[in-house]
Amino acid sequence: MTNGIQIAAYIAAAVLFILSLGGLSGQESAKRAVWYGMAGMAIAMAATVFGPGVPISALLIAALLVGAILGAILARRVEMTGMPQLVAALHSFVGLAAVLIGLNSNLTEHSSLAEAERIIHEAEIFVGVFIGAVTFSGSIVAYAKLSGRIGGKALILPGRHMLNACMIVAAIVLMILYTNHAGSWTLYLMTLIALALGAHLVMAIGGADMPVVVSMLNSYSGWAAAATGFLLGNDLLIVTGALVGSSGAILSYIMCKAMNRRFASVILGGFGNVAGAQMEILGEQVAIDGEGVAAALNEAQSVVIVPGYGMAVAQAQQAISELTRKLRAAGKTVRFAIHPVAGRLPGHMNVLLAEAKVPYDIVLEMDEINEDFPDTDVVIVIGSNDIVNPAAQEDPNSPIAGMPVLEVWKARQVFVSKRGQGTGYSGIENPLFYKENTRMYYGDAKKSVVALLALI
Amino acid sequence: MRVGALKETMVSERRVALTPESAVQLAKMGHVCLAESGSGLGAGISDGAYRAAGVAVVEGADALIAGADIIIKVRPPTHDEATKLTAGKTLISFFYPAQNSDLLKQSQATGANVIAMDMVPRISRAQKMDALSSMANIAGYRAVIEAAANFGRFFTGQVTAAGKIPPAKVLVIGAGVAGLAAIGTSVSLGAITLAFDVRPEVAEQIESIGAEFVYLDFAGHLQDGAATGGYAAPSSPEFREKQLETFLKLAPDIDIVITTALIPGRDAPKLWLADMVAAMKPGSVIVDLAAERGGNCDLTVADEKIVSPNGVTIIGYTDFPSRMSAQASALYSTNIRHMLADLTPGKDGVLFHNMEDDVIRGATVVFDGVITFPPTPPKILAIAAQKPKEKVKEPTPEEKRASELAAFRSASRTHVMLLLAGGLLLALVGAYAPPAFMAHFIVFVLACFVGFQVIWGVSHALHTPLMAVTNAISGIIVLGALLQIGSEGWLVPLLASVSVLIATVNIVGGFMVTRRMLMMFQKS
Repeated sequence: MTNGIQIAAYIAAAVLFILSLGGLSGQESAKRAVWYGMAGMAIAMAATVFGPGVPISALLIAALLVGAILGAILARRVEMTGMPQLVAALHSFVGLAAVLIGLNSNLTEHSSLAEAERIIHEAEIFVGVFIGAVTFSGSIVAYAKLSGRIGGKALILPGRHMLNACMIVAAIVLMILYTNHAGSWTLYLMTLIALALGAHLVMAIGGADMPVVVSMLNSYSGWAAAATGFLLGNDLLIVTGALVGSSGAILSYIMCKAMNRRFASVILGGFGNVAGAQMEILGEQVAIDGEGVAAALNEAQSVVIVPGYGMAVAQAQQAISELTRKLRAAGKTVRFAIHPVAGRLPGHMNVLLAEAKVPYDIVLEMDEINEDFPDTDVVIVIGSNDIVNPAAQEDPNSPIAGMPVLEVWKARQVFVSKRGQGTGYSGIENPLFYKENTRMYYGDAKKSVVALLALI
Repeated sequence: MRVGALKETMVSERRVALTPESAVQLAKMGHVCLAESGSGLGAGISDGAYRAAGVAVVEGADALIAGADIIIKVRPPTHDEATKLTAGKTLISFFYPAQNSDLLKQSQATGANVIAMDMVPRISRAQKMDALSSMANIAGYRAVIEAAANFGRFFTGQVTAAGKIPPAKVLVIGAGVAGLAAIGTSVSLGAITLAFDVRPEVAEQIESIGAEFVYLDFAGHLQDGAATGGYAAPSSPEFREKQLETFLKLAPDIDIVITTALIPGRDAPKLWLADMVAAMKPGSVIVDLAAERGGNCDLTVADEKIVSPNGVTIIGYTDFPSRMSAQASALYSTNIRHMLADLTPGKDGVLFHNMEDDVIRGATVVFDGVITFPPTPPKILAIAAQKPKEKVKEPTPEEKRASELAAFRSASRTHVMLLLAGGLLLALVGAYAPPAFMAHFIVFVLACFVGFQVIWGVSHALHTPLMAVTNAISGIIVLGALLQIGSEGWLVPLLASVSVLIATVNIVGGFMVTRRMLMMFQKS
């Protein structure tokens, strides 16, 4: 295959990738979009493997085959509730690949280049390895946090901003040394520093901010690919990396907007510094049993269900889907309200509900449904807390003041399915639980919903 | 503990303090329930229904009082009943200790503890045992139904082939629990409903139910309900004058008046005077829910329905909750059950009369042979004091346009600044970097822009598939590894193969999981 045809193939692949991302604007076109993506990838890989400079060896074929099989197994095995972990793990692979490719480029001969080109080339290696290493270690930590292997609480080291700044300055100094013939040790040392930086950055971010972290790492993995593209002078890598990088950046932006937080404050971690005394909450949480909830549901005309991470933890989505089916069969309007940061991954709840065969046209976004709450008879809050916290609107001293929330308390009646009386992940008191039209339905989310099924 | 429900002895009283449903719940708290034979008949509960719920039915009041540790009933005990109490027993009922000081002393002498359901403090935590509110709710509903039954016309307006039917006009005075219930019922029957209350902060509640708040043209100081535990307090003479003037003006138009105005510890204020009744149309109806305490209307006769000389029906019944005895008993017994739940915190059937608890302390009027009425005020205010609302100034169209223009200008300015800064940066890079780099740089910048444009269009619901698919395509990094695999030596090809392997995992895993997810999204 000649170079010209290879570049033509790359152009085709880039177009297909853009079509693939663009197709995700709707559920139906999305199904086509995946095929565009796969076709683009197949074309790009075929053009590279059969192109100039790549010997087809047993090692190459073995690596491709083993990788494909591992990937297939992973994709088939993963539970939909485990998606956040999987995504984080896959990010770490991209990061690791970027590091390895960068180190390889350092090992291959490049001093024959002209002076300016050599400096640029070495800087590209350096930047590529740096981003790759941060992505790699950050994703590993994110994976460990999401899969519960280490605690989700933010690790706040003393002087952590100083520490981060020192590491970045050290990396820049090492880069200057590296481009001035100081030797490969600078690159290796910087790799270690970048690994520490990535791990430390993610360690400092609390569990509720995980959606931002995951989308941020998504973005990093894209930039890592783009940096590798510069390093190898490969335009397809640059285009794809830039697409992925901007995609992750936009997702992070959307998530931050949904929490009314500044991107910098999320990334720098340390959530929960309260500005003043929080409003005292009057009243008490009134409990209710399954029969009470069932009676209210039987009478209700319109029902809105607000799922959160607790639903994923309890694996309650199937039971909720069954409940939805029963209620809809009884002629009631049932809808789902999804807050942008519900769950641990952007769009996490949508995927879980889709898995449980809840039709996507009754699953609505916050902006679509917030105005409908005053006309809603019953709202069921399952395993979510901060995203329905009225303190965000009512209490200027609340840590989440100003965050857009689902205004469930405006409905005629609210049932909150919750494990116990605690404040949950973020540790913020929720006045919703004390409102007059709120009843607490304590117990494991799945068991609670299954109990309801028998009564409706 | 054995909880026993007495049969009500008052003639028109059909309510009962224990229902089979509440008995089942009480049994879960470790209590044993007793009921006097025939006690539930007025509320449609037979002795058999009690027995089916595990309640022991006892013949006669004496046997019941002797056999029970906790005696529950609705009305205050008669002197006869009170003398039968003994030390160690607890009575829970309505008691009205302020009006019944004799009864209070008598109960004190027996050594029994008395909890008055009418003294439950009005704080949020105690709402579930606030029997006054639950009964008032029924009274408000029933008042409208009685009015409708005695009103010779429709509530709702209609246009029929036989002529136009105007809607009834209802005025509800006093928007407490009973008043709000009456407003709600009246609105849902289709009447045009007006409502008045001396506490201006309830205007919002009234309007939320769909009635119209009658505002007085009064500039003086208005009271704030928060200071009096959510109840109304006597108003100033000037205010009263203004109020009566407004009512008199309304009277000829109003078909039905429902008065619910009460001030704690006082006779009911006279608000609907004889001249207003005289001004009303014949056939109009007045329901006076304050009849027991003298009535809000001049002409009211307690427990009777009278017709004024000009044909206005005035209903002064005092037993509205009892007229809906099944519902009233269900709610009252639930209030009692919640009270008992607070008294048996261990759910083990052992009574713990905690005088440190605001609610229990407030409701207890006799404890350990000592009269504990009136209680010390509760630590928590029933209603938070209202903050004065700030008025947001509505900007004029010119101001709006000016502010929009200013916003547009500042946005343009930041845009231009950013573009200039970006351009400078690019020029700086261009000055030093070799042309080959700049060629790649163009591609990079354009791809970023394309990415931003495309990703904005992605629907929120598909964010997880988006992450998975971007994950898969960022596996394109495999190209870099493929290009390196043919290098010399052993280390570089080895590392490159590792990269190929993990990048392939990424590609295949990412695409397959995306496909799996997208296949799950189904339309209904």
